[in-house]
Amino acid sequence: MEAYVQETAVEELKPPVTSVGVIGWVKSNLFNGVCNSILTIVMLFFLWKIVPPLFQWAFIDSVWNTTGAVCRDASGACWSIIAKNMRFIIFGFFPNELQWRPSLAMLFLFGLLFFSRDRKYWSKYLGYAWIVGLFVMGLLMKGGLFGLTPVEYTKWGGLPLTLLLAVFGLTAAYPLGVILALGRQSKMPAVKLLCVLYIELIRGVPLISLLFMGSFIFPLFLPEGITPNTLWRALVAIILFTAAYIAEVVRGGLQGMSCGQYEAAESIGLNYYLTMRLVILPQALKIVIPPTVSILISAFKDTSLVMIIALFDLLKTTQTRLSDPEWMGFSREAYIFIAILYFMGCFSMANYSRKLERELSTGD
Amino acid sequence: MYNPLPDKVPFWLDPKKRAIMYQIAFLGMVGLLAYYLVSNTLINLQKQSIATGFGFLHKESSFEIGESLIPYSAAHSYGRALVVGALNTLKVAFIGIIFTIILGTIIGIARLSSNWLVSKLAAIYIEVMQGIPVLLQLFFWYAIFYETLPSPRQAVSPIEGLFLSNRGIAFTVPEAHPAHKYVLLAFFVGCGVVYLLRRWAKKRQGKTGRFFPVFRVSIGLIIGLPLITWYLAGAPTKMDLPRLVGFNFQGGMTVSPEFMALLLGLTMYTAAFVAEVVRAGIQSVSKGQKEAALSIGLRPPLVLNLVILPQALRVIIPPLTSQMLNLTKNSSLAVAIGYPDFVSVANTTINQTGQSIEGVALIMAVYLIFSLSTSAFMNWYNKKVALVER
Repeated sequence: MEAYVQETAVEELKPPVTSVGVIGWVKSNLFNGVCNSILTIVMLFFLWKIVPPLFQWAFIDSVWNTTGAVCRDASGACWSIIAKNMRFIIFGFFPNELQWRPSLAMLFLFGLLFFSRDRKYWSKYLGYAWIVGLFVMGLLMKGGLFGLTPVEYTKWGGLPLTLLLAVFGLTAAYPLGVILALGRQSKMPAVKLLCVLYIELIRGVPLISLLFMGSFIFPLFLPEGITPNTLWRALVAIILFTAAYIAEVVRGGLQGMSCGQYEAAESIGLNYYLTMRLVILPQALKIVIPPTVSILISAFKDTSLVMIIALFDLLKTTQTRLSDPEWMGFSREAYIFIAILYFMGCFSMANYSRKLERELSTGD
Repeated sequence: MYNPLPDKVPFWLDPKKRAIMYQIAFLGMVGLLAYYLVSNTLINLQKQSIATGFGFLHKESSFEIGESLIPYSAAHSYGRALVVGALNTLKVAFIGIIFTIILGTIIGIARLSSNWLVSKLAAIYIEVMQGIPVLLQLFFWYAIFYETLPSPRQAVSPIEGLFLSNRGIAFTVPEAHPAHKYVLLAFFVGCGVVYLLRRWAKKRQGKTGRFFPVFRVSIGLIIGLPLITWYLAGAPTKMDLPRLVGFNFQGGMTVSPEFMALLLGLTMYTAAFVAEVVRAGIQSVSKGQKEAALSIGLRPPLVLNLVILPQALRVIIPPLTSQMLNLTKNSSLAVAIGYPDFVSVANTTINQTGQSIEGVALIMAVYLIFSLSTSAFMNWYNKKVALVER
C-alpha cells in the first residue's frame, strides 16, 4: 500500500475578510455587541448633527479679514476679530515699534523649552542657559540697559505677560517649594509646624484670595513710599501659591525614598545638607518630574486669573477688544482663538509629561 | 576602656542642642519678619486712617445682590451680605458637585469603553477641557448665554413652560402649596427608615443568613412615601408658569445666566478631572477580583456592589474629594462674570469700606473652613474604608 505523502504545501488560508482590515477593525471596535452598536450609531448621529454645521460656521460661512460691519452680515464665524486685532491681543499696550522685543523674548523661551525637551541635553550648562535666558527675557521686556528703551510694566500685556508670569512664577516657586517640603519632613517640630501650616493654609484657599491679598494688602506690608506695581504683586501671589503645591509634590518624592538611602548617607558621614544635596534630592526630584510638569500646566492656566486684578494678560487684552463697539458680540470667536492658544500650550506640556513618565519608569 | 566619645560634647556639636538652637533662630527670623510686616501695616493703616476690626460688618451695606437664598436688600448689613455670598457659593458648589460626579463618572466609564468611538470622544473631551483655563471657559459660556440667546421678549421656548433668554432660564415649577412641606418631610422620613432598614437587614443576614430585598423596598419607601403624602394632601397639581411682564419674566423659577455659566463651566471643567479619577479607580481593581467573585457564584450586580465598588471607591474617594474642593475653590472665579458668590460680595465690601485686611482674611477663613471640614470628613472616611491589615 502506498503511503500518502503530501508533496506540496497546503495553500495558506487568509482569515475571513470580516475579521481583518477595515471591516474587522470596525466590527471589533465599534459593533461588538448590541449595546456598543447602538452606542456607536447614536454617537455617529450626534456627530453628524454637530460637526457639519460647526464646520460650515467656522470655515465655509466665515469671514477672515474684514471690518466689524461686514462681520455682522456674515452668517458664519467672524475670524476678522482675530486678524484685525492680532497685535493687541498678543502684545497688549506694548509700544508698536518695540514689539520685536517681546517676540524675541518669546522666541528665546521657546528655544530653551525646545532644548530642554531632550533629556540628553540636561546638564549644568542647560541650567546656566536658563538663567542667562531668563535674564535676557526680562531685559528684553523691561529695557533700560544696552540702549534699549525702557518700557513701563503697565504697558506689558498679552501672551508675553502670560508666559512671563508662568515661567518666572514657577522658577521662583520651585526652590521655595523644595525648602518647604524639606521643612515639612524635618525632625524639628517648630520648623515642621510652620511649614505644615503654610502649606495647608495656602492649599486651602483659592488663588484669587491670594491675588486680592497681593493687590490690597501687600502694599500695606511694606514701608511707606515703596509701592510695588501690580505685576510684582501678582507674581508674588502666584509664587506663594505655586510653592505650596510644589512642596506637596516634592514631599511625595521625599516619602518615596527608602530609609536605606538616608542611613547609607549618614553612615558615610554626610551631614544633613550634603545628604539632601547629593543623595536624597537628586533622586526625589527625578521621581516627581511628571507631577511637576502638571503643576507647570496648572500654573500656566492659573495665570489667566491675574486679569481679575486688572493685569493685561492674554485674556484681558482679548476682552478689551471685545468691549470695542466695532467688535462687540464676537466673543465666541475670540475666546475660541485664545482657548486654542492655551490648549496648545497645555497639551504639549501634558504630552511631554506622559513621554517623560514612560521614559523614567522604564529606567530602573 | 576605649571611649569613642569625649566625656563632654561641646554644645554646638550635640545634635539635640543644635536642633533647639536652629529652631530658636528660625522662629526668631519668622518672628522678626512678622514684626516687620505688622509694624509696617500698622503705620500704613494709621497714615491712611483706616480703622481695623470687624465693626463694619454691622453697617448698612447699601448695595444690591442679584440673587439670594435669604431675604436681602441694600438696607441690610455687610454681615448679612457676606452670608448671602457664602450661601450662593455653597449653592453653586453643591449643585456643581452633584452634576460633576454624574458627568465625570459617565465620561470616566466611557473612556474605558471597548467602543473605540466612545472612548476616543471621551479622551478628546478630557484633553480639551483640561487644557483650557476654567476662567476662559466661564467667559465662553457666559458669552454664549448672553450674546446668543435673545432678549426675554423673543425668548426661545423649546417646550411648554420653559423660556430661554439672555436674562436666564425661566421654567415652570409647582405652585406653592402647604402639601409640599409634608412631601419633603415624608422624603426625609423615607430616607431615615431606609437607613435603619439597611442596618437591620445587614445584621439579620449576618446572623441568620436570610436575605432581605433592601434595594426594592428602599426605592418604594423613598418614592412611595412622598407620593402617598402628596396624594393624601389633596394632590395639588397647579403649576406656576413664567409669564412675560414688561422686560422680564415673572412667576415660575428663573436661573440667571451668570449662575448657568458658572455651573456649566465648573461642571464641565471639573468633570474632566473626575473622569480621570474614576478611570484610574476602576483600572485599579484587577480583573482577577471580578473573576474570583463570579467563580464563587455571586451574581453580576452583587459582584459590582460587594467586590468591585468597595475596592474602586477606596482609590477614587480621596482624589475625588480634592477635585470637589477644587470646584469649590474655583467657584470664586464667579467674581469675574458677576455671580454674587462670597468672593464677589467680599470684593464689593472691600472696595466700599476699604477694610481690605479683614475682607481678605474673611475670604481665606471661609474657604479654609470648607477645606478643613472636608479634610476632616475625608480622614474619617479613609479610616473607615482603609484596609485593616492583620
